[in-house]
Amino acid sequence: MDSVGPQLRHAGLNLEDDPRESRHQVESDVFGFWIFLMSDAVIFALLFALYGTMLGARAGGPGPADEFKIGSAFVETLILLTSSFTFGMTSLCLKRDHKPQRLTLWLALTLLLGLAFLGMEIHDFVTMVSHGATASRSAFLSGFFVLVGVHGLHVTFGSLWILVMVAQVATLGRDAKVKINLIRLSLFWHFLDVIWVAIFSVVYLQGLIVPGGGS
Amino acid sequence: MQASLVRVMLLQLITVYLAHPDRLCGASSIVNRVRSILSGAILTGAALSLAGCGALNRGFLFPAGPIAGAIRHEWIVVCFIMLFVIGPVLLLVPLVAWHYRLSNTRSAYRPQWGFSWSLEGLIWIPPSAIVVILAAFLWRDTHRLDPYKRLPGHALEIQAIAADWKWIFIYPEQGIASVNRLVIPAGRPVHLSLTSATVMQSILMPRLAGQIYAMAGMRTQLSLQADRSGRFLGENVQFNGMGFQNEKFAVDAMDGAEYAHWLAEMHAEPDRLGATEYETLTRRTTLPHPLAFGAVEPDLFDHVVMLAQKSGHALEVEKLPALPLPMAVSRDVPHDQGMPP
Amino acid sequence: MTGPTITGFLLGSLSWGALPFVRAWREPNISEIIGAGAGSIVVIGAVVTIALITWLQAWEYLWTQWFTSLDHKKIGIMYIVIALVMLSRALIEAVLIRSQQAAAINGPGFVEPGHFAQLFSTHGSIMIFFMAMPFLTGMVNYVVPLQIGARDMAFPYLNSVGLWLTAGGSGLMMASLVVGEFSTGGWSGYPPYTELNFSGGPGPDYWIWAITLASIGSTTAGINIACTIYKFRAPGMTFLRMPLFCWTAVCTAILMIFAMPPLTVATALLAADRYLGTHFFTDDLGGNMMNYVNLFWLFGHPEVYIVVLPSFGVYSEVVSAFSSKELYGYKSLVIATMAIGVLSFTVWLHHFFTMGQSADINAVFGIATMAIAIPTGVKIYDWIFTMFRGEVRFTPPMVLSLAFMVTFVLGGFTGVILATPPLNYMVHNTLFVVAHFHNMLIPGTLYGLLAGYMYWFPKAFGFRLNERLGWISAGCWITGFYLAFFPLYVLGASGMARRTHEVFDPAFRPWLYVALFGAFVLFTALVTLFVQLFVSIRDRHANMVAVGDPWDARGLEWSVAAPPPEWNFAVIPQVESRDAFYWRKRNREAYKPVDHYQDIELPKPSACGVIVGLSAAACGFGLVWRIWWLVALFGAVVVATVIIRSFLRDVTRTIPAAEVEAFDRRWLAQAHYAKPVSRQREMSRRNEGLAEWTA
Repeated sequence: MDSVGPQLRHAGLNLEDDPRESRHQVESDVFGFWIFLMSDAVIFALLFALYGTMLGARAGGPGPADEFKIGSAFVETLILLTSSFTFGMTSLCLKRDHKPQRLTLWLALTLLLGLAFLGMEIHDFVTMVSHGATASRSAFLSGFFVLVGVHGLHVTFGSLWILVMVAQVATLGRDAKVKINLIRLSLFWHFLDVIWVAIFSVVYLQGLIVPGGGS
Repeated sequence: MQASLVRVMLLQLITVYLAHPDRLCGASSIVNRVRSILSGAILTGAALSLAGCGALNRGFLFPAGPIAGAIRHEWIVVCFIMLFVIGPVLLLVPLVAWHYRLSNTRSAYRPQWGFSWSLEGLIWIPPSAIVVILAAFLWRDTHRLDPYKRLPGHALEIQAIAADWKWIFIYPEQGIASVNRLVIPAGRPVHLSLTSATVMQSILMPRLAGQIYAMAGMRTQLSLQADRSGRFLGENVQFNGMGFQNEKFAVDAMDGAEYAHWLAEMHAEPDRLGATEYETLTRRTTLPHPLAFGAVEPDLFDHVVMLAQKSGHALEVEKLPALPLPMAVSRDVPHDQGMPP
Repeated sequence: MTGPTITGFLLGSLSWGALPFVRAWREPNISEIIGAGAGSIVVIGAVVTIALITWLQAWEYLWTQWFTSLDHKKIGIMYIVIALVMLSRALIEAVLIRSQQAAAINGPGFVEPGHFAQLFSTHGSIMIFFMAMPFLTGMVNYVVPLQIGARDMAFPYLNSVGLWLTAGGSGLMMASLVVGEFSTGGWSGYPPYTELNFSGGPGPDYWIWAITLASIGSTTAGINIACTIYKFRAPGMTFLRMPLFCWTAVCTAILMIFAMPPLTVATALLAADRYLGTHFFTDDLGGNMMNYVNLFWLFGHPEVYIVVLPSFGVYSEVVSAFSSKELYGYKSLVIATMAIGVLSFTVWLHHFFTMGQSADINAVFGIATMAIAIPTGVKIYDWIFTMFRGEVRFTPPMVLSLAFMVTFVLGGFTGVILATPPLNYMVHNTLFVVAHFHNMLIPGTLYGLLAGYMYWFPKAFGFRLNERLGWISAGCWITGFYLAFFPLYVLGASGMARRTHEVFDPAFRPWLYVALFGAFVLFTALVTLFVQLFVSIRDRHANMVAVGDPWDARGLEWSVAAPPPEWNFAVIPQVESRDAFYWRKRNREAYKPVDHYQDIELPKPSACGVIVGLSAAACGFGLVWRIWWLVALFGAVVVATVIIRSFLRDVTRTIPAAEVEAFDRRWLAQAHYAKPVSRQREMSRRNEGLAEWTA
């Protein structure tokens, strides 16, 4: 602890000439966000577990095979994975210190993909509801809507955050705090991607493999 | 008795603690006051330990059946083993604190001493060993006294449905049902199947057998047996609303002739427990006295477990048919209170 | 009440009948009058407080120096103030609960069943979420940065948000006394009883949103504490040189981070059932309340250790300081603490052995539960050996610590009984369980927090608390506990159900009377605690300990002035060993001026935390009463505040080196002129906060 800590390796943190203390603050800001993500991951783990226990609790209502559209889910997956790539490009821009326009462009592209994902998801939900497959139809559908919906809420929140960051880059430039926030946002966005991959596997692919459901 | 003794011992120990500050700082008046309060408390405690037997004989420490008896035996074993755990602490805390008090200039003082391997062994190994011993007992007895395990002998099957705020007992083999009274033959094992028509409840017959939850859409089981005839308490112990405190029933264990007589009486009862009667019974009400049904709709219990039978609490009160059952409607939180649709 | 009327839009489902005063007017029985009285106390209390602050013209002072402060010390103190206010309410409720049961032997008593159910539900919810949690969070907040040699917590702004979320949650709890009613489902809120079918009123909604605010606040506190301890230790303060209180704080923080999410999920899904019509825990359409029970206790059992561990930390500090001796078995205590933390996640099923799972599962969880007794027992012995060959002074915190050791072991004894499934079948859901968890939580949490309060009070305010009243209070807390709860063991073993509004067995009468008497003694203890505070403030000039080390204690927190300056340390200390300050005193290195004073940067006060916390509470109130415009408005305020704050850059201020130097030199001069006090006289007026170093 006495010596200057290990060099910061977070992409984009070109905070040269900062005193040791503020670099310390950066390190802990990012670390604190990792802890938050762990806590959030526990929430998703529990929602997945609940979904698992409710797979068979259909109460005579529709099951995965009746309602899940694997094609649409696959496109959503591609969109979200691509948005992770575009956010990766944002991080690179941040690190390589390119022109501010390029950074904003990649951010905007990520936002667009995020919104497209949300649009498709909402469309899927509306279609399901129009069939009568609502969250109050059965415990299975409650579990589905809440698990996928909570992820959707996270994407909504992430999109709002991107919007705020675009505004911050425009008004405040790239000061240390904007950079830290972008790093945290990138962690959040990639985290959402990982969760979606799990949703795609556990919810949609599993629904495909076992037409009759879990029980 | 035992708990009371422990308490008396404890109160004495605290008197010792509270005496310390007095000698340190000369605040004798407070300590004298505290002491007089404490000695009063000790006397009350001693008096109560006599009265206590009057309460404890309601519980499993005075068992009336083999399950409660075995549990009482295990209680004694666990308490005995645990004496070796709590004993040293109860002795050492006051002794060490008192001996090494600041004013005792003859006691050793080693401010920099803070570790000893042999003491470490002493505080880690024996407690671990005791837990291993307790774990062995625990494993054996948890399996031996599994409430799902059937007792030896031909068991009487009874189905229990927990309603708000009453218990419905169906005797499927006899085709009769009894509400808020459980009659069992003494000396013969009984196998209860339980479910709930409403929220989760928990059946407890303290002198006969431990408890098990009753949950809607699920079936749980409980084995019990009474060794001799007599009347025992049965109750729901899981809070379930405004009539919770009234949800008690008598468990009547009867010897052979008496039981046969009761069966004959039951068969002569004119009322039949069908779907409509069930819906009325499962309204959120308390009963002033037990009910008896001479006939029961077959498979009623299974229908309830499969959620195929509607419960009264879920129905609009106006839609229910008026039935000549003695229902004391008690106060409840109205369903519509302050809720927009 | 329904339809698209303007009142329906403006007030949601609120109506006159929601006010207890109106209910008491319409139906004047003693139960409603008690309800109206409680509501009046809240209203009158709020009015009087506001009037008093206005009269004293203290608004500006409170707003600028306290409410908006991001100083970890002030936030810590405000947390503890919330805890003491809520403790008072919940303890009065406890006295009412005991009075009702003692009065209702073959009779209805004086409160109605619904009112009684609200009493035990609020008592439990408050004691856990709004007494124990804020108290320990406040204490950790105050002490940990000082102990590890930091200037503040890692996230001062988040700290303020957490505080005000907790305050908002407490506000919702208080609002339930004045508007509407609280849940009747107990502190655990088991569905399906708390579903709309069975509890249609606003009660469970109050419970859900108050708890949700508290649990979000606790999650942020956990992240903050963990990050502070991981990243902000002073140079040389390696993990194994941290005071034990820091170890218990970091363990508690980890538990908060992992155990709060299950609670959030449980309450959120219950809310989904109630608001969106989902079927997670309902009886029908596939719902399964067993999922809730698992989720709740997946939080609930680690929660026990969240509230117990910081007190274990306090005992470690107190026993070592008042035995004038190094803590015995430091590493043993660290290992035991972490073992308890890990094991606490493996035992949740013992809260429902009676749900019908197989004997194998019950046995495994029973054995895991008993395994926790090993590290806990080790801790008790470590404290005993800390006193061994020491010089024990029986100050009030030490008396509480000794009472804890004895009482907690007895609670552990009954804990092993409850961990044995067959015994559990007999006493589960009876008063035996109530007696057991009070036997763990009163000594295991409350005594520790009170001991810590009395131990660190002189540090925080610069004067000692009156010891005589401290002993009386401690004595009442101890005797009151035994009188109030040991009878409940007997009643539980006799089969008396918990949460029962009426008692039908006259044989229980003497025990209920003793328990009621015990409740009064506990109430006296609380009153004495406040009297002690009042008397100590009145006599403060005679009991000043400004130099800051009244107990010849060991950690870095004692190496600064009392009260400490806003920046804590003139210069971040270099740590060479465990018990850093103790050795600095012995090596004649304490109370030395710094070579070179520097400017110090500190966070500026911010109103954002207050706005976020109170708006979230308003949002919760709107949700309870279905006032959707209120929800939308204050939800938007929360989001907007967070966004606006993220644009602000002028959030720190600099304390000039000259100011730091002036403060430090003044304090050093005080230390220079102070007369060292011996341990024999530390509880006398000679104690100026400078200890005499003998060995």
